[in-house]
Amino acid sequence: MEGLRVVRGGKVALDAISLEVMPGIVTGLLGPSGGGKSTLMRATVGVQRVDAGRVTVLGRPAGSPELRSRVGYRTQAPSVYNDLSVRENVHYFGRVLGVTEAAVGEAIETVGLGDDADRIAGRLSGGQLARVALAMALLGEPEVLVLDEPTVGLDPLLRRDLWDTFHAIADRGATLLVSSHVMDEADRCDELLLLREGRIIATGTPDELRRRTGADDLDSVFLRLVEGDA
Amino acid sequence: MSTRVTFATAARVLTQLRRDPRTVALLLLVPCVLVVLLKEIFAEEPEVFQKIGGPLLGLFPFISMFLVTSITMLRERVSGTLERLMTLPLHKLDILLGYAIAFALFAAVQVTLVSVVAFGLLDLRVAGPKWAVVLLAIGNALLGMSLGLFVSAFATTEFQAVQFMPALVFPQLLLCGLFVARADMAEWLQVVSALLPLTYAYDALAKVAAGGPYGARFVADVAITVGATVLLLVLAAGTLRRRTP
Repeated sequence: MEGLRVVRGGKVALDAISLEVMPGIVTGLLGPSGGGKSTLMRATVGVQRVDAGRVTVLGRPAGSPELRSRVGYRTQAPSVYNDLSVRENVHYFGRVLGVTEAAVGEAIETVGLGDDADRIAGRLSGGQLARVALAMALLGEPEVLVLDEPTVGLDPLLRRDLWDTFHAIADRGATLLVSSHVMDEADRCDELLLLREGRIIATGTPDELRRRTGADDLDSVFLRLVEGDA
Repeated sequence: MSTRVTFATAARVLTQLRRDPRTVALLLLVPCVLVVLLKEIFAEEPEVFQKIGGPLLGLFPFISMFLVTSITMLRERVSGTLERLMTLPLHKLDILLGYAIAFALFAAVQVTLVSVVAFGLLDLRVAGPKWAVVLLAIGNALLGMSLGLFVSAFATTEFQAVQFMPALVFPQLLLCGLFVARADMAEWLQVVSALLPLTYAYDALAKVAAGGPYGARFVADVAITVGATVLLLVLAAGTLRRRTP
């Protein structure tokens, strides 16, 4: 990303964003709600109209047709057909991507919905719905995974399992960009981008950021960075 | 373009419809009830029922498919599933043609059922072939669907989408020639009528009901109905944006 600037509804959502996200690791996009995380992710998958700057993914402009089968995306609000079952939702995306039925089943298992595969999405809990959307993003072994708050509202056990899954996918060489507004998830990331009011206020590994600010927990890290920034 | 994606989309839309049996029942039964009512209110003037019954049969799917499609597509836009689909390797036409196949199949069932009732039980007669009425009705279903797909872009809530029905469908029904022959309308109404696609859809149906003539005018009627459907589909494709503000 180079000099990215996005104006949404008359407000500057992102300004002067220049950054690089590396393959093979999990990069966390952290910051308060309304800070521009979702907009940055939308720009990465190429659904956001940008006002200035350039976003390049796997060497091509974000949103290029060739990228559509190589980039997995999970929107913040789970974009799921409420009147279809879990399996039917994932199956439909699988058909579009041209993956096998086995891969569809595998994606459902990965997010822990194997037992609920035949339930109608509209009757699931918020956390389960979030996992359906995640399963749809995991389909087709994408080289780049953009996940907007994928673990919100999930129980700790499942959260741990999903973070393990993210790391396993990264180990395969994929690039993962995962957002969260919960600071305690930051420690699960290899690299962090702290975003506030449309600007990147810090980048680095969790340990680097702790050293730089002299804070122990990442909440304090964020506070010190914000106060130093202001 | 991919037939795999097109058919997957058609199957998905039909599965969604199947999950809503009440809507399906209403879509199938309401035209049958209305055609029975039509027969009964003209019990004293059976020639009126015979005259408008055939064309009306072919216009039902236009109305119902317009409504169903505009709401389904609006949901797809509002729920975020459309934005999500746009990040996948598919062509916009795959989505639109998927919708078209699903609703054409559904319209075929709807028209067949109401035809059985009208022709079989109510003794409705058309001078032309009955299969032509069914075929034109399916064409009109696709016309209504394309219009619904297109206007769904201009609604942000389901309330608005429903209001497009009296706004865009009723005037077409009033002006198409079903209630008053176009020649008997004021001149400016004839001009407006000539600009509305349903006028041609109705005219083709009226010709089949009357047993012809199937001359150049009939061919033009069918061509304009098909052309309007394609044009609306292209316009609808233009409203499916990959990038949004």
